[in-house]
Amino acid sequence: MAENCQVKFTDFKSDQSVKWCPGCGDHAILNSVQKAMASLGYKKEEVAVISGIGCSSRFPYYMETFGFHTIHGRGSAIASGVKVANPHLKVWQITGDGDALAIGGNHFIHTIRRNIDLNVILFNNQIYGLTKGQYSPTSKRGFISKTSPFGTVEAPFRPGELCIGARGQFFARCIDKDLKHSVVMLEEAAKHEGTSIVEVLQNCVIYNDKTHNAITDKAHSADRTIKLEHGKPMIFGAENNKGLMLEGLELKVVTIGENGITEDDILVHDAHCDDITLHLKLADMEYPEYPVALGVIRSVKAPVYDQCVAKQLAEVQEQSQIKSFNDLIHSGDVWDVE
Amino acid sequence: MGKRSKVIERDEVVVRFSGDSGDGMQLTGTLFSYTSAIFGNDISTFPDYPSEIRAPQGTISGVSGFQVHFGHTEVYTPGDYCDVLVAMNPAALKANAKWMKPGGTVILDVDSCDEKNLRKAGYETDDPITESKLSGYNIVKAPITTLTKESLKDMGLDNKSILRSKNMYALGLVYWLFDRPLDHTKDYIKKKFKKNQLIVDANVKVLEDGYNYGNIIQALTPSYHIHPADIKKGKYRNLSGNQAVAWGFLAAAEKSGLELFLGSYPITPATEILQELSARKDLGVKVFQAEDEIAGICTAIGASFAGDLAITTTSGPGLALKGEAIGLAVIAELPLVIVNVQRGGPSTGLPTKTEQSDLMQALYGRNGESPAVIIAASSPTNCFDYAFYAAKIAVEHMTPVILLTDGFLANGTQPWRLPNLEEWPTISVPKADVNDKDWHPYKRDLEKLSRYWATPGTAGLEHRIGGLEKDEQTGAVSHDALNHQRMVEIREEKVQRVANVVPELELLGDEDADVLVVGWGGTFGHLFTAVDELANEGHKLALAHFNYIKPLPRNTYEVLKRYKKIVVCELNLGQFADYLTMNFPDIQTQRFNKVQGQPFTVVELKEHFKTLLEE
Repeated sequence: MAENCQVKFTDFKSDQSVKWCPGCGDHAILNSVQKAMASLGYKKEEVAVISGIGCSSRFPYYMETFGFHTIHGRGSAIASGVKVANPHLKVWQITGDGDALAIGGNHFIHTIRRNIDLNVILFNNQIYGLTKGQYSPTSKRGFISKTSPFGTVEAPFRPGELCIGARGQFFARCIDKDLKHSVVMLEEAAKHEGTSIVEVLQNCVIYNDKTHNAITDKAHSADRTIKLEHGKPMIFGAENNKGLMLEGLELKVVTIGENGITEDDILVHDAHCDDITLHLKLADMEYPEYPVALGVIRSVKAPVYDQCVAKQLAEVQEQSQIKSFNDLIHSGDVWDVE
Repeated sequence: MGKRSKVIERDEVVVRFSGDSGDGMQLTGTLFSYTSAIFGNDISTFPDYPSEIRAPQGTISGVSGFQVHFGHTEVYTPGDYCDVLVAMNPAALKANAKWMKPGGTVILDVDSCDEKNLRKAGYETDDPITESKLSGYNIVKAPITTLTKESLKDMGLDNKSILRSKNMYALGLVYWLFDRPLDHTKDYIKKKFKKNQLIVDANVKVLEDGYNYGNIIQALTPSYHIHPADIKKGKYRNLSGNQAVAWGFLAAAEKSGLELFLGSYPITPATEILQELSARKDLGVKVFQAEDEIAGICTAIGASFAGDLAITTTSGPGLALKGEAIGLAVIAELPLVIVNVQRGGPSTGLPTKTEQSDLMQALYGRNGESPAVIIAASSPTNCFDYAFYAAKIAVEHMTPVILLTDGFLANGTQPWRLPNLEEWPTISVPKADVNDKDWHPYKRDLEKLSRYWATPGTAGLEHRIGGLEKDEQTGAVSHDALNHQRMVEIREEKVQRVANVVPELELLGDEDADVLVVGWGGTFGHLFTAVDELANEGHKLALAHFNYIKPLPRNTYEVLKRYKKIVVCELNLGQFADYLTMNFPDIQTQRFNKVQGQPFTVVELKEHFKTLLEE
């Protein structure tokens, strides 16, 4: 798979000591990213890792690439500028649920809408970690935290729904500690042209430990998650006998072999389908009603902003009579003073 | 053209075209100023329009004006008071009557003075001239609407199109008044409506008939004669401040060999810069119309990190939103130009009006010790120069630069002598050297204290920067106490050392002045004209006008300390005066402040200076 066998994932490790808490899910994600980049055959100098503020946003310091640790919520705006200025770069944005969905919500949706070729990794731990434990825009309703001692009274964002609602063309989900699957998701995201959002269900060992445990715990994860793959039937479960069907406009969990249901009745995942209806349904599935969808939920080709900018520039430059500053100032209404 | 019955010889004249927002007054004024400029006059123009796109027709709030000041001598302002007012309706007359020079000429479309329009304009009687106390003036009551209809009655045009040509009739009449050729305007009409010959013919006919109407009424109306000015030879064009800013960056991009990136969000009165650069894809400009002001500057910071000449443009409220990101550019030590076209504040304030009240915001409106270079342009055309120098300083010193202009400069126009870019200074880009074994992200040029630009894509220069404090030696994140103090001081000193390349403060006027007038930015034209006129009347005055605010020119103290009586004039409550006092506590200054959304008038400045001279 790797085009350049010379690149090792350790080449992407910087000399800085990693300062996340022991047991934090971020360590695993850092490894996954470095492995994915090595596997993709990236050159260190062509990679720019941009982040905002938060625990996850320290990420660039640990990468032996170009990196920019910026300000809260603005990572995607800064990454957009980097990519448009130099479309040859591989631009990865590291963000968290607070950074991307609260203070940076506006930039998040507009970056997605424009479909700039960025690979965005959204670390979702449903808590503000760096400020030591306040609820975030993805915390479940009723969540107890330092700023919600009696429970939150607000509905959380579902990142996949927000992404697809903002006309996102690529959304994938994976679990921090599942390195193998995470690496595949990151590779898929990197290969996708346009904005790709990978939501990583990440554990904050200090302030929100085991928040995803109901679905990520090994004992249950096979029954409580479904790994979607394009072109494959939506089957899951420890015994591989559960599946998803459509009943009216709703998804329904069924058991193969019960009530006359066979594998042929199970939905086949089409990640490339332009219509968002089913993708939204899949992205929104929550335990315990449904298994939580992992994998590439949506991956659709669409015009890419930075490519369109470059194309338009080339076309206008080709057609215009104005080739230089001097041409410009002499065009139009100019008069001589003798 | 026959011999005129009565001609007034003048060195300079101010004409104001005024009508409803939809009457085409901006175009009329622009065409007139072009013709005057081509004729060889020095000119200065200023549009004055409401922030509403189409305020209720016939009301004072819907009045749109365009003022042209042109002369046989150099002109530095669009003029305070009008010699000639063209009023297309009673509201235009009412709004501008107080700005008439005694004995001036008013051309009024009397057809518009019906009961309904008079009441809408707030006139209580049917005699607006007397009611506006203009009885002693030279009033040309021209039935412009009727005459336009008459002129076009056989052309087969619909009534709406006929009425829309009224402004060309008025323009023709004004051309007669100043004995100006119609050629340029005819060429414009032919080009503009080339797809519709009927409209071309109609507009040209109305223009000519308006001109000929002057011949008919000449017995009643004097005409003006203004000789061409003695202007430096060369090719010229008209340029507004906003256009000049945009073009200054284009020039800087070409000179530096960098690609130009603009991240911006529309805001009055800065939007034209965004529009102008959006149209310049032929010169490779990457324009990112962002989702908000913050994304505007953040995309620019990203582009700067990636190696582009990066710009963001805004007005006061937008500068407030950009504050945190400017701080990032300060600590990351990346080149960036932030243009603030100042308008009346606080909050939404007076969006279409001018003010200089963002000086302190530009200097200090950020968290932490966050020094940036502050430059202020002082005429519509030198917005070009200062945009160029803002870019040059930003790149060569690896620092954010805030360029202050204002609504008055942005919308005003002047003739601009086309520059030869080869004669302009080079812009050298401080690229990090891949072969430098000692390179690290915060290695500095020891003379300027600026770091080097290491852009993504260059193998061997991989590095990380960011908003956290960095170790002076390695560029790694550092919370060390003494290191932080050193880095804070270095960033300040880096900005102060820009003074080494900033020209010294120039004193205009009398070295032995009794009063030193101090100003900065967009008030130059008015201050200079007032000082110059008083000097011609025998008074001893001088002007020290600042374009470089931070750092101040090296000789600032030396100039100021020579004068006992200093008056700092600005369109705010004294921000620059405070700044001078802060820097030079022993310099005593007086203040002359105006915060009305309007520029100074030369008249009020002269009056004030005279009282100071007499004290």
